[in-house]
Amino acid sequence: MRTGNRPEVALFVTCLVDMFRPNVGLAAVQLLARSGCEVVVPKHQTCCGQPAYNTGDDKVARRIAGQTIEILENYAHIVVPSGSCAGMLKEHYPKLFASEPDWSGRAKALAAKTYELTDFLVNVLGFDNVRAHYDGRVCYHDSCAGLRELGIKEQPRTLLKGVDGMSSVPLRDEEVCCGFGGLFCIKYPEVSGEMVGRKVKNIVASGADTLLAGDLGCLLNIAGKLTREGCNIRVWHVAEVLAGMTSGRAIGESEKRSAGN
Amino acid sequence: MPAIKSTCNEFRVNAGDAIRNRQLQTSLAKLGDGFQASRAAAVKELPEFEQLRDEARNIKRHVMTNLDTYLVQFEEKVLESGGRVHWASTPQQARETILSICRGACAKTVTKGKSMVSEEIGLNDFLAEQGIEPVETDLGEYILQLRKEAPSHIVAPAVHLSQQQIRQTFVDAHTQFAGPRDLSTAESLVDEARKVLRNRFFQADVGITGANYLIAETGSTVIVTNEGNGDLTQTLPKVHIVLTTIERVIPTLRDLSAFLRLLARSATGQEATAYVSLSTGPKREQDLHGPEEFHVVLLDNGRSKLLGTEDQDVLNCIRCGACMNHCPVYASVGGHAYGWVYPGPIGAALTPALIGLQQSADLPNASTFCGRCVQVCPVKIPLTDIMRRWRSREHSGKLSSPLQRALLRLWAVCALHPHVYHFIARLGVLIMYRLGRRKNRFRFLLFAQAWTQYRDFPAPQPKTFHAVIKKSGGIRYE
Repeated sequence: MRTGNRPEVALFVTCLVDMFRPNVGLAAVQLLARSGCEVVVPKHQTCCGQPAYNTGDDKVARRIAGQTIEILENYAHIVVPSGSCAGMLKEHYPKLFASEPDWSGRAKALAAKTYELTDFLVNVLGFDNVRAHYDGRVCYHDSCAGLRELGIKEQPRTLLKGVDGMSSVPLRDEEVCCGFGGLFCIKYPEVSGEMVGRKVKNIVASGADTLLAGDLGCLLNIAGKLTREGCNIRVWHVAEVLAGMTSGRAIGESEKRSAGN
Repeated sequence: MPAIKSTCNEFRVNAGDAIRNRQLQTSLAKLGDGFQASRAAAVKELPEFEQLRDEARNIKRHVMTNLDTYLVQFEEKVLESGGRVHWASTPQQARETILSICRGACAKTVTKGKSMVSEEIGLNDFLAEQGIEPVETDLGEYILQLRKEAPSHIVAPAVHLSQQQIRQTFVDAHTQFAGPRDLSTAESLVDEARKVLRNRFFQADVGITGANYLIAETGSTVIVTNEGNGDLTQTLPKVHIVLTTIERVIPTLRDLSAFLRLLARSATGQEATAYVSLSTGPKREQDLHGPEEFHVVLLDNGRSKLLGTEDQDVLNCIRCGACMNHCPVYASVGGHAYGWVYPGPIGAALTPALIGLQQSADLPNASTFCGRCVQVCPVKIPLTDIMRRWRSREHSGKLSSPLQRALLRLWAVCALHPHVYHFIARLGVLIMYRLGRRKNRFRFLLFAQAWTQYRDFPAPQPKTFHAVIKKSGGIRYE
C-alpha cells in the first residue's frame, strides 16, 4: 500500500524483545519499512507495565502507562510485535484510566491506533509481499492475549503462506496457554513447568522441526523447555521468519545447523 | 466464617503434589477430549449460542439489580403453594435450620442430591455429628462419601478418580455383596451403586437437594440432572429441603429456557440433560407422590456483600464448570489443589469473597490470564478482571510477599527512568550474552532458579534492540 504519504509507525518494541531478542525488533522494522511505512523508534520507551498491572500494583501500572502514552501518542500508528503488550495498550490502558477523565481519552485514543504487528500488516496495510524463504516444517502456537484479546489467528498464517520452502503441520491444543503468564512462571514454577511440558509434548508429536509464535514470553518459555528436554526443534518469532532474518541462531539454539536456511 | 476448612493457602504445595500424582494426571487428561470436545461440538450446532450468552447475562444482571424484589416474590409464591422459605445469613444458620426440620421429621436418614452449597456449609459432617445419617445419591458424590473425599469439580465431582479406584472403593464398602463379582465396566459399577441406593431412597425421612434455579413467578425450584437421583430424593421422603443460595433466582419460566439451553451445552456438551425437575410446594391432594413438607433454605454467606460492587458479575455463575474444563491450570493440578469448595477460575474469583482474601490469596494469582475461561463462560463473567482486582486488593492490603513488592518497586523505578532502564538493560544483556554465548542458553541462572528448575533460559543476543537501532541509522530514533 505504497502511497504518496508514507504511514508513520512508531514501533513499541517491548522490553523482552529489547533485551532478549532484538532480532525480532529488527525484523519488525524491516517488514514495516518494506511495506511502505515510515518507522520511528521512540527512544524513551521502556515496558508496557504488565508486571505491575498483573500483580495488582495499579498505581505503578498507571504511572508507567501514563509515561508510555506520552511517549507514543503523537504518532499516527503504534505497532507492537507482541499480542500481550499490544493487548495491554489496547485493552487494559483504557481500563486503568477508566475513572480518570483527563487520561481516559488519551488512553482510548492510543488504544485505537495501536496494533499487533501481523494484524497491522494484514488488516491495515494489506501487505502481501513477504518474499522470504525458510526450510522447515512449522507449527504455530497461538499466544493467549493476542488470540483472545486481539483476535490474532489468521493474520500470521496468512503472511506465512508467502514464505517459500516452508510447510505447516497442525499443533494439537495450539490455543492452550504455554504456562508463561508473565510473573506466573516464577511465582508458580511447578504449575508453569507442567503446562509448558504439555505444550512441548504436543509440539514434538506434531512432527514439526520449527515452532513459531508471535510473543517472545511464550517463545522463551517454550524454547527453554524444548532445549531442557533435548528436543532439536527451532524456535523463532513469526516476524523473524517473515522478514527472512533466520540466518543466525534460533531462540536458545546451541549451534547453527549446517544445512537448511 | 467458612464451614469447611480451606487449604487454599497451601496451593503451591498441593499443586506440586497433584502434578506428581500420575493417577490424577491420567484422570485429568480426560477433560480435553471429553468436556472440551463435547462442548465445542454442541456449541457449533447452535448458531444462536452467542446471543443466548448475552441474553442470559442480561437476565442475571437484571436479577442482581433487583434481587430483593425477586426473592420476596419467590418467597410469596412458595408460601402460596404451601411451602416455607428459611433465610440463612451464615452456614451455621443454614445448618441449624436444616437440623431443626430434620428433628421435626424425626429423621434418621437423609438422602441428598448433588449440592455444592451443602459442601459450602459442611452439612454432611454436621448431620452425622447430630446422629442423622446423610446419604449422597449422585453417583460421583456417593463414591466420594464412601472415600471421605471432597468433590474436585462442581459438575463431575469424582473426575479425579480412575475406574480402578472406584471399583476398589465399592469392593471395600459394599460388604453385603460377598464373594467375587464382575465390576470391570462402568455399567456394572453403576448397577451396583443403584442396587445399594435403591433401599436408601426408601428408608430416607428427609430428602435434601440443591437448586440450579429458583423461579420467582411460580415459586418453583429447579434441578438439572442426568441420573434421576434428584427426583427420587425430592419425591420419596416425607420432607423435601431445598438448600440453595440467594443468587439462584430468575424471574420467569421463560427465562429458564434460555439458561437450560446454555447450561447443558456448556457443562457436558449435551443439548439437554436427562432430567429437568421442577418442584413447586409440597404434594397436593390430587398428586400421587410427593413430600408432605417443602422447605427452601436460602443461604447468603457473604454473597449480598458483592451486590452493587464491581465484582457483582461473579454472582451470575450458573455452575456449569466450563471455566474449569477449559482452564490449563485446573487441567494441571485438578480441583483439590484449590483448597476450597469451588475450584478453577470461578473459585479463584469467588472464594476470596466468601472466605476472605487472606485465606485464599493464591487462587486469583494462580492464573496466567490466558482468558479461556472468559471465552467459554455462558454468562460472560469477566473472571480475569475479577481475579486481577483481587490481586489489587492483595497489593494495596500489603498481603503479597515483601520480596515481591521490593523487587517490583526496584523494577518500577527503572521502568520510569528510561536512561537508567536502558543502561541497566544494556549492561545486563552484555553480561548474560558473555556468559551464555557458547551454549546460547542457561541451565542455571542465579535469582531465576524458579525458571531454570523446569526449563532452560535462552541466552540473549549480544546487544539490546535500542543499542543496535541507535547505531544503525536509516530510521528515526528519537
